[in-house]
Parts: sequence; C-alpha cells; structure tokens
Amino acid sequence: MAEPMRIRAKLNGDTVEVKVLIRHDMETGKRKDPSGKVIPPHFIKTLIAKCKEKTVLDTVMGISVSKDPFLSFKFKGGALGDKVTVTWVDNTDDTRTDEATIS
Amino acid sequence: MQVYTMFDSDEKGVQVMDQGRRNALRMASALGLVCAGSLLGPMRAFAGEWKANSFEAKGLANALKELGVDSYTMSGEVSVISAEIAENGAVVPVSVNSAIPNTEYMAILIEKNPNPLSVAFNIPEGTEAAFTTRVKMGETSNILALVKANGKWFAASKEVKVTLGGCGG
Repeated sequence: MAEPMRIRAKLNGDTVEVKVLIRHDMETGKRKDPSGKVIPPHFIKTLIAKCKEKTVLDTVMGISVSKDPFLSFKFKGGALGDKVTVTWVDNTDDTRTDEATIS
Repeated sequence: MQVYTMFDSDEKGVQVMDQGRRNALRMASALGLVCAGSLLGPMRAFAGEWKANSFEAKGLANALKELGVDSYTMSGEVSVISAEIAENGAVVPVSVNSAIPNTEYMAILIEKNPNPLSVAFNIPEGTEAAFTTRVKMGETSNILALVKANGKWFAASKEVKVTLGGCGG
C-alpha cells in the first residue's frame, strides 16, 4: 500500500485552496539502474478530488510529473468542516484515497 | 495577439465582394461552425480517461494532434509562471492559469521533452483555471499552457532554462 498523501484544504472567503503532496516514485521507465537494467515505469495516471460527492478536480498525468507530485488548485462551494477527498490510480492499478477537512 | 491557424481565410477575396454576398458567406460559415461544434461535441470524452496516444506522442506537433488541437491562439489571458532558470530539471515548479471565461480544460506541455504532454486538468464548474504543480524537464524548453474554452484552443508559453536535465539515468 502506498504512503498517505498530505492534503491541506483552506477556506479563503468563498474559495477553498487545496494543496496535495503525494508520495510516489513517478518512475519514467526510461531510466536504468547501475547494472544497466531498465527501471520499469511506475507513475500516477489519474487523480480525482471530490468535495461532498462533487468532483472538483479531474486530472490525468504522464511520466514527466515530478517525483512526489505536488498539486494545488482552488474551488468554490466548500464550507468549513466539509471534507475534500483525493484519489489517485497509478499504472500498476495501485490506488490510494485520503481526505482532509476544510479549515 | 498572434494567431496560428491552418485555415487562414482569404481576406483580400472577401474585401472585393459586395455586401449581400458577404452576409451570405458569413451565415454559411456560422452554420459551418455550428455543424462542426455538434460533430466535435461527443469527442470531449477525455474526462478522467488516461490516453496513451496523447501521453506517449513524440514531439509537440504529434502531442497536439492527439489532443485534437488543430490550431490555437496565443493569449495574454493565459499565463505560465515559472522560474527563468531551473537548476534541477527533475523538479521544476510551474503554475498555469487562464482568465478566459468557461475554461474547461488545461494542459501543460514541455515542448522539448520526448513526450511533451505532462499533465492535463478537466475543470468542473466552480473550480478555478489555476494550478500549480512540478514537472520534469530534460533540457531547456518552452513550457506551453494549453487551454480549451468555448470550444476554442488558446495557449501561452514560457522558456525555462535547465542546467541539469531531469530525465536522464
């Protein structure tokens, strides 16, 4: 199981700013280990964020997103105490969902 | 504003036409646009779907083609914010945003990466067309922010100099 994400969701006026830090190798599949063997690709393909069942972000990623991806975005319609849920799925079908409370 | 298009209209030809014919032409092209719009409608299927064709496309032209972009307009309402020089190409912070109303889709492409498409956002109503993330860059390159709004494509680009590439082994 993958390591947890760090998510922060902060209400500013009527806008919620969300910052997500993900633990993931984002291995390109183009690198070689010291013995010359190609390191297989391992990267997040999709990331979806929801608040109260409504999708607030829908992302697709490639191998050129940096290791341990960081993402920040803003949406309207969230209130203090609501939960923001973030789910990613990688190319090995590994997945992880974490949530944060809007503060 | 620079316009890049594959369908340049013949301006001189239009100017010599009489008003009636011009109006008729205008209506015809408007109808044509409506038809094209309805044909393109169902193609907006990239929501949440990871498409190998677009992410594995080599070179900017191919990547744009796979994303369904025929032509795009450079727009001052779209911006790419990043440092001028990135010491480490493996981690290049970049922010993209669009002030164009009804921006429904945004993508970040690194022009000189082997596979230029890096990340794409579908933007639901209520979410701002403004994102910050970190990307890998193999070498000095333009970062292109591609925006879709009201069925049209817009873009902005910024060159980032990379002193140490982020794709090597």
